[in-house]
Amino acid sequence: MIHVLLIVFIITLFYMAIANRLMTYIKVLALQGVLLFFVVLLQLSRIDPVNLGFILLETIVFKSLAVPLFLSYLLKRNNITREAEPFLPNFVSLVITTAIVIVNILISNVIKDDHLDKIFFVVALSTLFFGLYLIATRRKIITHVMGYMVIENGVFVLSLAIGNEMPLLVNLGIMLDIFASVLILGIFMNKIGDVFKDVDVDQLSNLKDY
Amino acid sequence: MVIIYLLGSVAVVLSLFFIRNKQVVYSLLGLFLVWQIWFTSQAISHFGHSDSVYFTFDSLGILLLITLSIIAVPAAIHSYIYIENHYEPPRSRSIYLASLILLITAISAGYLSNHIAVTWIFTEITTLSASALIYHHRNKLALEGTWKYVFICAISITFIFIGILFLSLSLQHAGSDDLSFSNLLAKSKELNPVWLQMAFLFIFTGFTAKLGLVPMFTAGIDAKDTAPAPAGALMASVLMNLGFVGIFRFYIVVANTPLLHWAQVVTGTAAFLSLFVATVYMLKVKNIKRMFAYSGIEHMGIVMLGIAAGGIGYYAAILHIILHAFVKSSLFFQYNQLYRVFQNKNINHIGNYFKYNTTGAMVLLFGFISAAAMPPSGLFVSEFLIFKSLFDAKQILLLIIVLLLLTMIIWAFGKNIFKVLFVPAEGFDDSHVVRTSPWESVTQFILLAMAVYLGLNPPAVFVQLIKESIVLLPH
Repeated sequence: MIHVLLIVFIITLFYMAIANRLMTYIKVLALQGVLLFFVVLLQLSRIDPVNLGFILLETIVFKSLAVPLFLSYLLKRNNITREAEPFLPNFVSLVITTAIVIVNILISNVIKDDHLDKIFFVVALSTLFFGLYLIATRRKIITHVMGYMVIENGVFVLSLAIGNEMPLLVNLGIMLDIFASVLILGIFMNKIGDVFKDVDVDQLSNLKDY
Repeated sequence: MVIIYLLGSVAVVLSLFFIRNKQVVYSLLGLFLVWQIWFTSQAISHFGHSDSVYFTFDSLGILLLITLSIIAVPAAIHSYIYIENHYEPPRSRSIYLASLILLITAISAGYLSNHIAVTWIFTEITTLSASALIYHHRNKLALEGTWKYVFICAISITFIFIGILFLSLSLQHAGSDDLSFSNLLAKSKELNPVWLQMAFLFIFTGFTAKLGLVPMFTAGIDAKDTAPAPAGALMASVLMNLGFVGIFRFYIVVANTPLLHWAQVVTGTAAFLSLFVATVYMLKVKNIKRMFAYSGIEHMGIVMLGIAAGGIGYYAAILHIILHAFVKSSLFFQYNQLYRVFQNKNINHIGNYFKYNTTGAMVLLFGFISAAAMPPSGLFVSEFLIFKSLFDAKQILLLIIVLLLLTMIIWAFGKNIFKVLFVPAEGFDDSHVVRTSPWESVTQFILLAMAVYLGLNPPAVFVQLIKESIVLLPH
């Protein structure tokens, strides 16, 4: 069952690669949160129930409700146009995403490790590199933030793979998640929206060497 | 004791957030300095002991902590001068000082931590406090700088976290789950090499955002440019050292495994690329503050070359980061006096600084000589030793290229500094120039003199501490 959920998680990445509207991205992020909720429920069977409750709460409340709601609020408040405006056509995006996943499957075949379920490794690293790809090829700052959220989800999957042995690391991951999201979203998306009217990376090129 | 120190500092930070009264705010700043110095002296007297489980007063931590506490004093003085000259409103003054204190506290704790996850947590806190400092001016440029810094640092700390996850996978093969550096070192022979390689790559990449090395160096440049200069001085010196501590402590673990050669190649490549990038930017940079920042990239490249070369290079690298911290912070402290005269940071619009502020111009001149590692600068000694270690490692070609790059850097740096010092700026109206008190430069002279003294005539204790901090590396 965990494998099915993780494969659905990878499929959301493909969907994100060809999505056009920012609202779709947000919905996919919320869906990823829900998927992670069930993965946590099934995977972390051996940890302390209080801690498990906390982790479950974080995935469902923070990842699949708070962040998506806040992102859509930012979209409305700053009147951001609904197109994602990628630099590359969707077809190329899809090919690159596929390439990322295949390369990661190949890498995971090289690594032989009984301590790690391979699929966690593949999903985590694919999500990580997909997030970086998303950041590099989208024009709007808010899509950069979404790319970062995707990376966070990937890291979370990786921390779940060893969560039973080291629950502390899962908690640290959650701390990172909340800390970085609050810092990035809470403070700066608000401020950037106030100062720059249509939020676009092209406007962030005033710091120069000369 | 570390817990008491952290609690005390957090209490100061919180009260600064709520108190706006000028006298009280400055007394709190003074109180914190006393607190910082008390903590440093306590750390020295408990040398070698562990404290609060996650902290150890080891030689590297103590050395860098003393460096930090020395630089923190002029940082506070120059912050005071900065705030008074800019007529900062009470709210922005309080936030600035609170962030400054939080930054110093987080760096101190990060130096002393003996657990990789704890180092990581304090690195995160430095991102938070540094971003508040960068955003100080609350204008478009500050926002842009802050955004870039926060975003790149967020990605970097995520990278470090991924590295820690891989490290824990590697550690499971050794049948342990304790991520403290001493345990990692003890188990270094049993660590799974594949996971350890991935862990090293991710942790190294993550900490380069703080250290100022390729690939994540860009964040630091914008940060030092937009932050007020006294805060920029901390970011360009002691915060970079925190990145160094993060990499170095983990490098010791990797160096004691069969992966040593591989780690040397990775570190050396990143270091060489940083030097190259620094040269390219130094040749075209016209913003004097960014020029200082790029010079920091160059120095960190040299430091990591020393680490990669090994041998005497280890000793020289530690010496170099300490001396560099003194020199670079004094240049950044001087920047504010320069800006007050010319109201501009573009080199084309500033010039003939000797005419307007002789003592300040001398700081700039001596600072340049020190940063370019010309004798009698202490950095000359450490750079010389690093070149010697490259020679010993039989990297002659690399050494030649590095020396060529350094020549270009010194040429570009010197050209710009001498323009600032002697060539009058075209169209500069000097009728409104503010007179600067020579006393403001005293702390900068002291810092530069310390770099000379520690380099040319290092006290026996100092040498002993450096040697102890590299004793775990294979020689």
